[in-house]
Amino acid sequence: MPEKLKFSIDGREGLADQGMTIYEAARVIGVYIPVLCHYEGLKPVGSCRICSILVNGRWLASCTQPLSEGMVIENNTPQVIEYRRAIIEMLLAEGNHFCPACEKSGNCELQALAYRYGIMVPRFPYQFPQRQIEAYPGFLLDHNRCVQCQRCVRAIQTEDGQKIFAMKNRSKDVRVNVDRKLAAKLSPDQIQKAMDICPVGAILKKEVGFLRPIGQRKYDRQPIGSEIEGKK
Amino acid sequence: MARKITIEPVTRVEGHGKVTIHLDDEGRVSQARFHVVEFRGFERFVQRRPYWEIPVLVQRLCGICPVSHHLAGAKAMDIIAGVPPEKLTSTAEKIRRLMHYGQMLQSHALHFFHLASPDLLFGFDADPAVRNIIGVAKFHRELAVHGIILRKFGQEIIKATAGKRIHGTGAIPGGVNKSLTQEERDYFLKSPAPYNIDTIIDWAQEAIEIFKKLHQENKEVLDTFAAFPSNHLSLVRKDGALDFYHGVLRAVDAEGRKILNDVDYQDYLKYVGEEVRPWSYMKFPYLKKLGKGKGWYRVGPIARLNTCDYIPSPRAQQEFEIYKAYTGGKPNNMTLHSHWARLIELLHAAEVIKDLLNDKDISGGKLVKKGKKQLEGVGLIEAPRGTLFHHYRINKDDQVVMANLIVSTTNNNEAYNQAVRWVADKYISEKPEVTEGMLNRVEVAIRAYDPCLSCATHALGQMPLQVDLYDDRGQLLDRKRK
Ligand code: SF4
Ligand code: FES
Repeated sequence: MPEKLKFSIDGREGLADQGMTIYEAARVIGVYIPVLCHYEGLKPVGSCRICSILVNGRWLASCTQPLSEGMVIENNTPQVIEYRRAIIEMLLAEGNHFCPACEKSGNCELQALAYRYGIMVPRFPYQFPQRQIEAYPGFLLDHNRCVQCQRCVRAIQTEDGQKIFAMKNRSKDVRVNVDRKLAAKLSPDQIQKAMDICPVGAILKKEVGFLRPIGQRKYDRQPIGSEIEGKK
Repeated sequence: MARKITIEPVTRVEGHGKVTIHLDDEGRVSQARFHVVEFRGFERFVQRRPYWEIPVLVQRLCGICPVSHHLAGAKAMDIIAGVPPEKLTSTAEKIRRLMHYGQMLQSHALHFFHLASPDLLFGFDADPAVRNIIGVAKFHRELAVHGIILRKFGQEIIKATAGKRIHGTGAIPGGVNKSLTQEERDYFLKSPAPYNIDTIIDWAQEAIEIFKKLHQENKEVLDTFAAFPSNHLSLVRKDGALDFYHGVLRAVDAEGRKILNDVDYQDYLKYVGEEVRPWSYMKFPYLKKLGKGKGWYRVGPIARLNTCDYIPSPRAQQEFEIYKAYTGGKPNNMTLHSHWARLIELLHAAEVIKDLLNDKDISGGKLVKKGKKQLEGVGLIEAPRGTLFHHYRINKDDQVVMANLIVSTTNNNEAYNQAVRWVADKYISEKPEVTEGMLNRVEVAIRAYDPCLSCATHALGQMPLQVDLYDDRGQLLDRKRK
């Protein structure tokens, strides 16, 4: 039985198993660190940096960084909060996120993060990029809303294990690319899974939307993160 | 020397209206026009959006009656989803109807109590400092309170059915996403006064009495001001009853002869054309049967009470009979009677809300249906301000590729111009300068149609107007503001 590691987050002490990431360890003691590209059960890629924390003055992505003995972690400090706000604001300004008409509204993680961090208007100028909505059998992919988290890339495969989503291009031109032939093989359940795993409203299952009334959506009652904070 | 007078709202940019009056060399009106910046760009805005997003997307067109766009969009999408009106579940149909009649209640209450009553109570020339809702609150306290509560009640109905007071999500293609619980129904039916539907009905009735009293006292003005003959268009229920949510298209002329005899609105393009005039962003709809010159029509409360045969609720029907008797059963063409008609509709909306709240179907569980997909759909509804047309085409990937909207204010486009012309002829001709009285009357004439322009409901019901007087070389001679 390996020994537990001692750590503290914002002065709160805890113990967690060796091999855990900082994000996982925080969860164990009921501390919420926001994630966007990370998703329970998928291999973390550390691309969005919303989960950044400070250890000894160094920024680390908590979803990929393993915990080590005696770590003193800053999570809910003004500096870290400000850093995360900037990331959320950049994401909002970079795409076309028109929440009022989006069927993911109320269930969207980006929107929920913006609410949690009290963002009214991004400080950065809106880019209003020209982006496409692509149609595939059974679903639409709205590039206006994609935050390039790669969750779909990691999570969605055909029954024989082939990937349907991939990333193409680099830097600001990076986009999700869909294998049209393989996409045709997705079952309605897999499409639903893709839609649910996408943190924003980029993957849209055809013919249905707005089924859950306002008031009963995921983040209508509690802000994002409450489910973790509520545990301790 | 020909002069051009421009009246325009100064404090709002979007959705604003502007009036220009052209005078000839002798100071007579040669032309009067009402300009509106329409919802341009909308057709592009919805391009490629998934069709099921439309009802939620299009209501953003308007912060004044979003429910109307929400439901007209949803009705068009029902057709696309293969669920024509008669196939909707009765729960879905009744929930939508409740939402819509709630909207009618709140919108009509807002218009009468907050926007129109100051003109009627204090007179068109009263000090603007008094002639607003604050003035009403001061001198007619009870009336102001009724207005606020009627409106709030309507908004709460919308919230219960759509999830939010404005910009909710209740209607979806083929149905709705929620029904009402027994508690929600009881809240509206049984809350202590004044927050129950019986009080609301009584207050709606009282508002009609107030109008009738004002009418007794000011017959001359209310009967003649900006009155002119016109055709009238609206939906009516298949049996000819007044219906705000659904029906067939009917149009009558100024004498009551039918021009459109209860036709299916899916074919509206066969009957209604839209003329573009170079000086206006807003198109001019007309009945094809009569052509561009003669085919213009009015929509809204006056038009609805001119087209329908009866009102399917007892108290409103009684009032309707009194209203009809005043014109000997003929269509009513008196512009300021639109306030009267609006209040009868307010009462009807309240009565229907009560019936729906007592109907167990609105707590039903079957909310949505699916059918065979269509590539095109038209949805019409009687919005508070009149008939609203939504028309869409989608591609085989479920994306919208074409949208055409004719909003109530557009349907009334020619009526605005007629009303402004009437005022101009009467009050502006022969006078060398622009007086406060003229300005006020232009405002009153426009307001009778309750245009859905943000300026029209701005500043506590007072339209910010500016009058510019130009000579024929475009030189500014005079400027007046209110
Ligand atoms: S489509 Fe959704 S899940 Fe895939 S990368 Fe974009 S935002 Fe992430
Ligand atoms: S959640 Fe850690 S980098 Fe995105």
